[in-house]
Amino acid sequence: MAKVTIDDIEIEVPDGTTILQAARMIGADVAPPAMCYYSKLATTGGYCRTCIVKVEQGSTKDPRPMPKPVPSCRTTVMDGMVVRNNTSPEIQEARAGIVEFLLINHPLDCPVCDQAGECDLQNLGYKHGAEATRYEFDRRTFEQIDIGENIKLHMNRCILCYRCVKTCEQITDGRVHGVLNRGDHAEISTYIEQAIDNDFSGNVIDVCPVGALTDKTFRFKSRVWFTKPMDAHRDCDKCEGKVAVWMKGNEILRVTGRKDEFGEVESFICNTCRFEKKSVSDWTIEGPRKINKKSVISANHYEETKKPTYLYDRVQLLNDGKKLPEVNSKDNG
Amino acid sequence: MERKLLLANAHIKGIETLEVYRQHGGYKSVEKALKTMAPEAILEEVKTSGLRGRGGAGFPTGMKWSFIAKPEGVPRHLVCNADESEPGTFKDRYLMEKLPHLLIEGMIVSSFALGANLSYIYIRGEYFYVARIMEKAIAEAYKAGLLGKNILGTGFDLDLYVQIGAGAYICGEETALIESLEGKRGNPRIKPPFPAIAGLWGRPTVVNNVETLAAVVPIVNDGGAEYAKIGIGKSTGTKLISASGHINKPGVYEIEMGITVEDFIYSEAFCGGIRNGKKLKAVVAGGSSVPILPTELILKTAAGEPRLMSYESLSDGGFATGTMMGSGGFIAMDEDTSIVKNLYTFSRFYHHESCGQCSPCREGTGWMEKILHKILDGRGTLKDVDLLWDIQSKIEGKTICPLGEAAAWPVAAAIRHFRKEFEEYVTNPQNIKDVKHFYRLNQLTEA
Ligand SMILES: Cc1cc2nc3c(=O)[nH]c(=O)nc-3n(C[C@H](O)[C@H](O)[C@H](O)COP(=O)(O)O)c2cc1C
Ligand code: SF4
Ligand code: FES
Repeated sequence: MAKVTIDDIEIEVPDGTTILQAARMIGADVAPPAMCYYSKLATTGGYCRTCIVKVEQGSTKDPRPMPKPVPSCRTTVMDGMVVRNNTSPEIQEARAGIVEFLLINHPLDCPVCDQAGECDLQNLGYKHGAEATRYEFDRRTFEQIDIGENIKLHMNRCILCYRCVKTCEQITDGRVHGVLNRGDHAEISTYIEQAIDNDFSGNVIDVCPVGALTDKTFRFKSRVWFTKPMDAHRDCDKCEGKVAVWMKGNEILRVTGRKDEFGEVESFICNTCRFEKKSVSDWTIEGPRKINKKSVISANHYEETKKPTYLYDRVQLLNDGKKLPEVNSKDNG
Repeated sequence: MERKLLLANAHIKGIETLEVYRQHGGYKSVEKALKTMAPEAILEEVKTSGLRGRGGAGFPTGMKWSFIAKPEGVPRHLVCNADESEPGTFKDRYLMEKLPHLLIEGMIVSSFALGANLSYIYIRGEYFYVARIMEKAIAEAYKAGLLGKNILGTGFDLDLYVQIGAGAYICGEETALIESLEGKRGNPRIKPPFPAIAGLWGRPTVVNNVETLAAVVPIVNDGGAEYAKIGIGKSTGTKLISASGHINKPGVYEIEMGITVEDFIYSEAFCGGIRNGKKLKAVVAGGSSVPILPTELILKTAAGEPRLMSYESLSDGGFATGTMMGSGGFIAMDEDTSIVKNLYTFSRFYHHESCGQCSPCREGTGWMEKILHKILDGRGTLKDVDLLWDIQSKIEGKTICPLGEAAAWPVAAAIRHFRKEFEEYVTNPQNIKDVKHFYRLNQLTEA
């Protein structure tokens, strides 16, 4: 076990845990944003550099600070390590720089992008991005291509996180997907547009943090926040069959894996479940999916509302110490 | 002072053949090492010698070798980095062209010291003819029993192969080189693990520069202590310098570390001064990645001491007033040189060579190139200069491999030392195409 302090919060984690995982154990507010790391896929992470943190003290044994910011997703904790993320102005500034880099060649076509509303880059830009761009040159552009029958690759939006590449390497058989060219001309591709034909290829859509890989059976059908995510399952001979179905009225518009608060699916699903089972009778619907309240997707349709616990204190503050019933009482003006 | 240790026999006719090479004492160190020394003893000599890696970072070679993991039953490898793609650096090519057997000799001894029985020379694609020279020399060595099974009857086996790259600068970065050698896309790996633990095919691997491995030969022949007597401070031995730019005698020079930069530029033994009697304006002392320095700072340190050709002296003053030895690519620029234009050329190179894995380098290098192009085109503003500074600072230290820094440092140094020149470009763009332009730029620098 190793004791590590992240943003002044101490936690004990098993040896070999990365700083990012340790931070996630403390809570989502402390965890650095991760655009390329995906805990369900091996060798992901290290590319986007959004998760960089400052290591103020290497370990108890060797307390020297690390000379450069380190990618938290690829750095394992040491006993006595002291890490700064949200509490380091340098890291915040460096991260803003990374976000700017990720956005200079991004088309920012959110109004017509299917990922809008559930896009990691949008959220990252919202939190760490600048109001205006300082980039005044042409953005790089690519043709859109079809990867197989059901997947569209919109390379302009890609941030080269390599998640889809690792997905194809690790959960589909026979590597048919990779990176062509290099530098800022690099592009994700099946080699010469050779379609990925594989039972699990659709998972590249779920792992994509942006709208570069989208589901052709769902494209332009609806904004995600007008659909209602429900947990559902079916007996499937290829995958676990545990999915989220996104419904509008009684229609299933799309099927995805069940994503957790870090945007990662609980289990990878097969193409049959994803692309072919679009009628309610295909599924046993379990109930509404719990989605982080802060997400726009949760707008409009939160079935169970929890009583907000913070309201009392807030109201007290605003009303000179008067209690809520007093504030609401007739006597109160 | 000129001091020939590696290149002493480079001028001899036919030295690239095994016969002539042996007539002049070649492969003595193999006899000595394999027959009379234990691998640990060689490592000790290399440590004593103070030899530092000649590939750019200057990391002590003995220490690097001592990190190599030795798990039971797992083969280890030595890989020679002959990718030499840093603009301004061409010493490894010269060495391999003239003295292919010196590199092979160094590799046999080093492989023996590391316990490697399969070693590689990874050579850049553009050096195709050099690869042929190396292959010919290797074939000769095999025939003479210096490579292959049971070398010189000592029981030590070594196979040595030449692998030709496809001409990517990034494949000089040691982990990208290893990926490329494994037949994959030449992307740098994310470290740790370092190659000493898991390198080629996941096995413990040492990657060393051509010149580093060649220097092992005199170290084994004469002893580490003897080698350490050459040079100054922690810069022991000789260094091959690739001298280019506006000097009278460009070429590869072997120097004893510790001579003054002034001597190197102006003495007849080396560069022979600036051509056409012009004045020196700036020097990039260690290949395109290291910070450029104006004349006053390259000849003298900030403290007013003469600057020496050594690791310590060149980096004296940090990046504020110093630079780095790097790979020894010494590029001198005369008074007619435009620093902005030169920087654009460098930036274009780094943009072109970025592998594209990590976002700061992938996006930042292209952005910097575009801004510099805009400035050169007469459309720049003062804001662009500040923006360049900001972009480089956001790349530096945040990338997977040092190519990010290699792209950021030249930009930072050019703005740090020649800001006025950038300002002239953006405030008086109408002058850019004017022939008298450089004259004005120099007055700016001198003022
Ligand atoms: C982008 C990049 C390019 C490099 N190119 C070379 C090269 O062409 N030749 C070389 O010897 N080292 C090069 N290096 C340094 C190597 O990564 C490595 O440090 C070196 O080969 C180690 O050898 P040494 O210890 O003998 O110096 C490069 C490093 C980077 C980051
Ligand atoms: S710094 Fe540049 S060259 Fe190095 S890994 Fe990152 S993108 Fe590739
Ligand atoms: S999430 Fe760690 S570098 Fe991308």
